[in-house]
Amino acid sequence: MSKQYQFKLVLLGESAVGKSSLVLRFVKDQFDDYRESTIGGAAFLTQTVTLDEQTTVKFEIWDTAGQERYKSLAPMYYRNANCAVVLYDITSSATLEKARSWIRELQRQADPSIVIALCGNKSDLAARRQVTEEEAKKYAEEEGLMWAETSAKSGEGVTEIFTAIGRPGVDLNKQATAQPGQEACNC
Amino acid sequence: MDEEYDVIVLGTGLTECTLSGLLSVEGKKVLHMDRNDYYGGDSASLNLTQLYRKFRPGQEPPSELGRDRDYAVDLIPKFIIASGELTKILVHTDVTRYLEFKQIAGSFVYRDGRISKVPSTEMEAVKSPLMGLFEKRRAKKFFEFLQGWKDDDPATHQGIDLDKDSMKTVYEKFGLEPGTQDFIGHAMALYLEDDYITKPARPAYDRIVLYTSSMARYGKSPYIYPLYGLGELPQSFARLSAIYGGTYMLDKQIEAIVTDSDGKFVGVTSAGETVKAKQVIGDPSYFGAGGDGKAGKVRVVETGKVVRAICILKHPIPSTDDSDSCQIIIPQNQVNRRNDIYIAMVSATHNVCAKDIYVAIVSTIVETDNPHHEIVPGLNLLGPIHEQFLTVTPLYTPTSDGAADNIFITRSYDATSHFETVVEDVQDVWKRVMGSDLVLKKREVEVQE
Repeated sequence: MSKQYQFKLVLLGESAVGKSSLVLRFVKDQFDDYRESTIGGAAFLTQTVTLDEQTTVKFEIWDTAGQERYKSLAPMYYRNANCAVVLYDITSSATLEKARSWIRELQRQADPSIVIALCGNKSDLAARRQVTEEEAKKYAEEEGLMWAETSAKSGEGVTEIFTAIGRPGVDLNKQATAQPGQEACNC
Repeated sequence: MDEEYDVIVLGTGLTECTLSGLLSVEGKKVLHMDRNDYYGGDSASLNLTQLYRKFRPGQEPPSELGRDRDYAVDLIPKFIIASGELTKILVHTDVTRYLEFKQIAGSFVYRDGRISKVPSTEMEAVKSPLMGLFEKRRAKKFFEFLQGWKDDDPATHQGIDLDKDSMKTVYEKFGLEPGTQDFIGHAMALYLEDDYITKPARPAYDRIVLYTSSMARYGKSPYIYPLYGLGELPQSFARLSAIYGGTYMLDKQIEAIVTDSDGKFVGVTSAGETVKAKQVIGDPSYFGAGGDGKAGKVRVVETGKVVRAICILKHPIPSTDDSDSCQIIIPQNQVNRRNDIYIAMVSATHNVCAKDIYVAIVSTIVETDNPHHEIVPGLNLLGPIHEQFLTVTPLYTPTSDGAADNIFITRSYDATSHFETVVEDVQDVWKRVMGSDLVLKKREVEVQE
């Protein structure tokens, strides 16, 4: 019997690293070169990925709606998030520094079981790269994060990272349901 | 920051955030600022660190209270009436997508030294220990009259004209005792004092019907409550505003409200920079509340004070059937006061505190110069109080309607136990800002599958 899991996924990262573009690529398989700063109208977007024949994950994806710009994200944003994708731009070292501070914020505010992926976006601009793969990967390993490079523009790595980030949550959930007496997570 | 906005909103309390959300949806360009580094202003819910920083500066929260992040202690004690106006706004704006609600488990009233469940139907009235046998029959007839009332069917009116006859006339028609009138007027119609009795009965009728229809919706009490505390409400409206383009800045000190030579609003100065907008909306604390005018023009006036005691308990309130949450109303007549005393209690069930902790807030409108003494009848019902944080808060109301200067000020959160007056304020400010009534439309929801 196939089972669908529903996870809340939050996006974090400096303005203009491509948070909304990454979601647009993942959810609608589109890219817009001149996308303006986030003005949405959607409470959140949803997209479903298939992990295997028996398992699908429906992501409820929360965009920051621009509230990260002046450090004004509400605690509600992190509340009950199962997954977080923290983005940096591989052509800007400063955005990786920003990503590190968002990860610290997540470790402080979010549920300890949250699965975090660090994502180096704009991999299509490798010629202007400031952040090496090794540097980001090493940091991710130290902090126990998933890591990947993506390009919202070409689509490279996008579905892969969303599929990968769903997996640990599903495993955790199965473990919890397999052990009677333990409460399953509420999704 | 050289952009010009339609509206600048100051303070992120529920009233301001609701307005901000509704204005952004309407297409207004909104800049929303708060001097605190957290959302909610006077209607925030605080974690332990924030709570101790506010009430016990310099003192660390005791470790026995548990993890800081498990706490969301409300600063104002209010519940949401299930069929009330706030529920309508939550549903119409679709912010319910960000929130989860639980029922409040019980609604109680104090009479003759003990507390009992508030009866909400004629069936419950018949079983209630609040009344003697004959009084029960009379109360049953009264509730049947209310439930049977149809505006267009004079046969259901039993000779009463709700728009002309006073509530006193209605009570007398059914021969209800003063004690019964107390719980109907205070625990069901939720009046804080007795002025309503001599006025036409219609509003009281509406309020009792609101209570009973809300009660019928979920069964245990007429109230619902958002998980993680009331502070979630302003946050959810702030997110709505941000999604529609609203800009948010927390932790911004507001240095001045700038006006032109005619006194009309020009902009707001923060960190030496003035941001311009056509209109400004804000809570009283940004418009000279409590000041002498030296730090900026005083545009609000004090209308009274509320005393609130936030009490941390390690047990449910006695005589409430171990309810995980409840409201208890002490009608003013019962303790020789002019205003009722309210108790609102929530617990770990609502994700607002650690397991086995209960948070009760006792409040009333201040009548004497010894406010702490005034809430003693409420404190006495709680059993041993582990920790208590007392506040006496002035209530402010704007001195002008903003028509002349484009400065629109909201009211302080009053002593009522619910959000109906907050919504009235939202509607009132909306009308002053927009020049037309607030009409709630079902928001176009982008459907994505």
